[in-house]
Amino acid sequence: MNQKASKSHARTELPAATPPLSRPSQVTDGKPTLRRFHQARWDEPIIFELSQPGQRGVLAPELEDGICSEVGDVLMTLPENMRRKRPPELPELSQPQVLRHYVRLSQENLGTDLNVDVGQGTCTMKYSPKINDQLARSPKVAELHPLQAEETVQGILEIMYRFEQILREISGMDRFSLQPGAGSAAIYTNASIIRAYHAFRGEAEKRDEIITTIFSHPSNAACARTAGFKIITLYPDEEGYPDLEALKAAVSERTAGLMITNPEDTGIYNPNIAEFVRIVHEAGGLCAYDQANANGVLGITRARDAGFDLCHFNLHKTFSTPHGCGGPGGGVVGASKELARFLPVPLVEVDGTEGRASLYYLDWDRPDSIGKIGPFYGNASVIVKAYAWIMSLGAEGLREVAEIATLNNNYLLHRMLEIPGVSAPYARGRHRIEQVRYSWQELAEQTGVHSEELGLRAADFGVHYWTSHHPYIVPEPCTLEPTESYSKDELDEYADIMAHVAGEAQADPELVRTAPHNSTIHTIDHTPLDDPSRWAMTWRAYQKKVKRQT
Amino acid sequence: MGKRLGLIVNPVAGIGGRVGLKGSDGAEVQQRARALGATPQALHRAAEALERLMAVEDLEIVTYPGEMGEDAIRAGGFDFTPNWTVRVVGSITPSATTARHTRQAAREMQRLGVDLLLFAGGDGTARDIYEAVGLDLPVLGIPAGVKIHSAVYATSPRGAGDLAALYLEGRAGSLREAEVMDIDEEAFRQGALAARLYGYLRIPYRTSLVQSTKVASTGEAAALAGIAEDVVESMQANCLYIIGPGTTTRGIAGALGLEKTLLGVDVVRLAEGQGAVPTAEKRGELVAADVNEAQLLALLDEQGEPGAERALPARIIVTPIGGQGFLFGRGNQQISPRVIQRACTHARQPWENLIVVSTPDKLYALGTQPLLVDTGDQAVDELLTGYVIVVTGYHERAVRKVAH
Repeated sequence: MNQKASKSHARTELPAATPPLSRPSQVTDGKPTLRRFHQARWDEPIIFELSQPGQRGVLAPELEDGICSEVGDVLMTLPENMRRKRPPELPELSQPQVLRHYVRLSQENLGTDLNVDVGQGTCTMKYSPKINDQLARSPKVAELHPLQAEETVQGILEIMYRFEQILREISGMDRFSLQPGAGSAAIYTNASIIRAYHAFRGEAEKRDEIITTIFSHPSNAACARTAGFKIITLYPDEEGYPDLEALKAAVSERTAGLMITNPEDTGIYNPNIAEFVRIVHEAGGLCAYDQANANGVLGITRARDAGFDLCHFNLHKTFSTPHGCGGPGGGVVGASKELARFLPVPLVEVDGTEGRASLYYLDWDRPDSIGKIGPFYGNASVIVKAYAWIMSLGAEGLREVAEIATLNNNYLLHRMLEIPGVSAPYARGRHRIEQVRYSWQELAEQTGVHSEELGLRAADFGVHYWTSHHPYIVPEPCTLEPTESYSKDELDEYADIMAHVAGEAQADPELVRTAPHNSTIHTIDHTPLDDPSRWAMTWRAYQKKVKRQT
Repeated sequence: MGKRLGLIVNPVAGIGGRVGLKGSDGAEVQQRARALGATPQALHRAAEALERLMAVEDLEIVTYPGEMGEDAIRAGGFDFTPNWTVRVVGSITPSATTARHTRQAAREMQRLGVDLLLFAGGDGTARDIYEAVGLDLPVLGIPAGVKIHSAVYATSPRGAGDLAALYLEGRAGSLREAEVMDIDEEAFRQGALAARLYGYLRIPYRTSLVQSTKVASTGEAAALAGIAEDVVESMQANCLYIIGPGTTTRGIAGALGLEKTLLGVDVVRLAEGQGAVPTAEKRGELVAADVNEAQLLALLDEQGEPGAERALPARIIVTPIGGQGFLFGRGNQQISPRVIQRACTHARQPWENLIVVSTPDKLYALGTQPLLVDTGDQAVDELLTGYVIVVTGYHERAVRKVAH
């Protein structure tokens, strides 16, 4: 098969009958080092396109006349302006069609249950024990309704209460809100609390600047901006460490707070973190700790001990609930005693007074609260899974998670640096915490093959790979985070795939540049992501913006 | 759908470098360089770039004869590449090509409708290309000259080839204006460095091959609009604003309803009674266009003695030179040490009256390298050394190190 021809493969083209372009597996000591992989490719339409008028998955029985005459037209009880003029344009399909559709889509996915998922750095992809899913899916949890009376949901309130105590212990903070549904919701909560604190002190007008670093999760800058702050971003020093002198130049009487990730997305732990906090406090600002990268410091360092006023954890990262597909997630926010008054409402409280109907209750009477940041009390099923995961490990187990995640990462770092063309910029010669942002710049300069293309080729061997958030400060970036879930053999497999693909880039760049060859689809055009006139988040928008143009 | 690529090689580019002549402009220098045993570098560098274009299918290369492009193609055997065609246009006298031929070739290629013009050379070559095609044609420089101060060059010949390939394949969609800089070679050979800004060329620009869905990058135009809105919002009545050259600073004048000179330093202030109006409605008044140092000092004098009771403020707005990071001393020498000192007198800290603006992308490209000042006055350079807060968007700032 002509290699060049493969580049023009349209999505509808049939896969090649012969094993396409995968080089024979290398054989060492009698066993193949790389597995042969080929992903399913169904060319499956969008479910709306599969719709055929009249198809049904469930046929509701006709109502008996007696009931109809007694109840009348139930829809008429809804206010006029809430009633639809015509039914929603939902896709019409039978049950097996729906089942096939979603099973096919699942086969076209390189999900975390399928691959050695160390390539999605910053996301903390770890194994999420299935038993925790079963607990969350059990009717005892799944059939609860958030509007039930407190005395009928004592069990879940107890779990939330106990879970908060655990989070306090892990972080050193004094109170937690479990309400935010994701990391960015939690970071937005942090920004809102910082704003509320300065407003409380009559300084909201004056203190309108949030300081962050370029290697913090970009959500810190984005959420603080959304909350109305001005953003000052610090660049690292020549060694890649957060620049203390730059912080000194940035703080002033306008500083509202510092919002940073530590360790940063480079896997580098800020050695001056206590000094950062001190300088910002001295300037009158608050410090919020984005603990999305907490997996390597569990049981080792605590946000409050470093002086932070606020912190948040991603339950779907560090606490295994799991991460992926946009949710459901949990972004729990911890606050110091001084700031607890500003946390979202309600908080779960306990009152053992005799004669009370229930031990656990929801406290809505919090006048200084920033209000609600999400519905109800948080994602109950996610909280149950995180609670179950922590209870299965205990305090020592959590510390072991951090130690193994760090060990795994540094082993992978060692293996990766054996590959010609890759480097780990900054903090040279030093260990990293739980992830590393590598650079393939040297390989790209030698071969013209870019990091993204290496990732697409890696997919041909059944593993996922990610570059970095934008901007690409590290050129030709690649961010790997192996977590505690993977064995040495699995890390070796991933490193072998990287070495193989990098070798292909040297020997046969065209093979890599035209990848993937064994995956569901080839490259797709990403330019519409930069073009609001072509964004289509819904089927209706797709028909309006995309279909009419073609 | 085939693509058409223009290729121009300045055969004498870089010829002076290896023999220590600090540039290759002028027939006399080229003869001296040859006499000293110099060999042309540009041909090999162009071939190196073309090597990286091999992934592009269906390519028609339009080039000039012999040493101006054809030789580079033959040297690399690119005329045998499947699905590539090579078309040689124009005529030259071998070993006697001049800047005139470069300009002529560029115009010819523009007329033939090339999608991108690749040229190998140095700052002098970039100036010739600019004179010939201005902002009308996407171009990209293969670095081959002794002096590369212009931001229109890729960092290496291979980098130029890669970027050109991405652009032709439609994978580096956006274009941006980059500086064409050059120094006075005669002065340079005598030890003095005087870089000037000659204009802008439109070059392809690699946002990224694969966009992460976690981040939406907003593009150059949105960044420029955000920076302009931020600066205009902060503008005060009666303050004199000295605006240095650049695309970024031009946007600020534009937001005030003013036309800025492309390469010059212009002076503006808010129009009468505009101090308190909403940002979007603020209008400016052009005090003077394309001023020199003496005119700037005179205008500053009119604001009153700094520190005096009735003195009116003055602020300087500059943007770093792309790829190099110079804030002062390259392309904006009109804003002299005396002008800077004057603006900084009585400021609480040196950068208080100096507004630095930059798109985030320009800063990212500098990596951890500091911004630079080279005003020609050691004391002023030292005054400005430290950290500066750069306006990178509406209500967005970056702290960058400044060195000299």
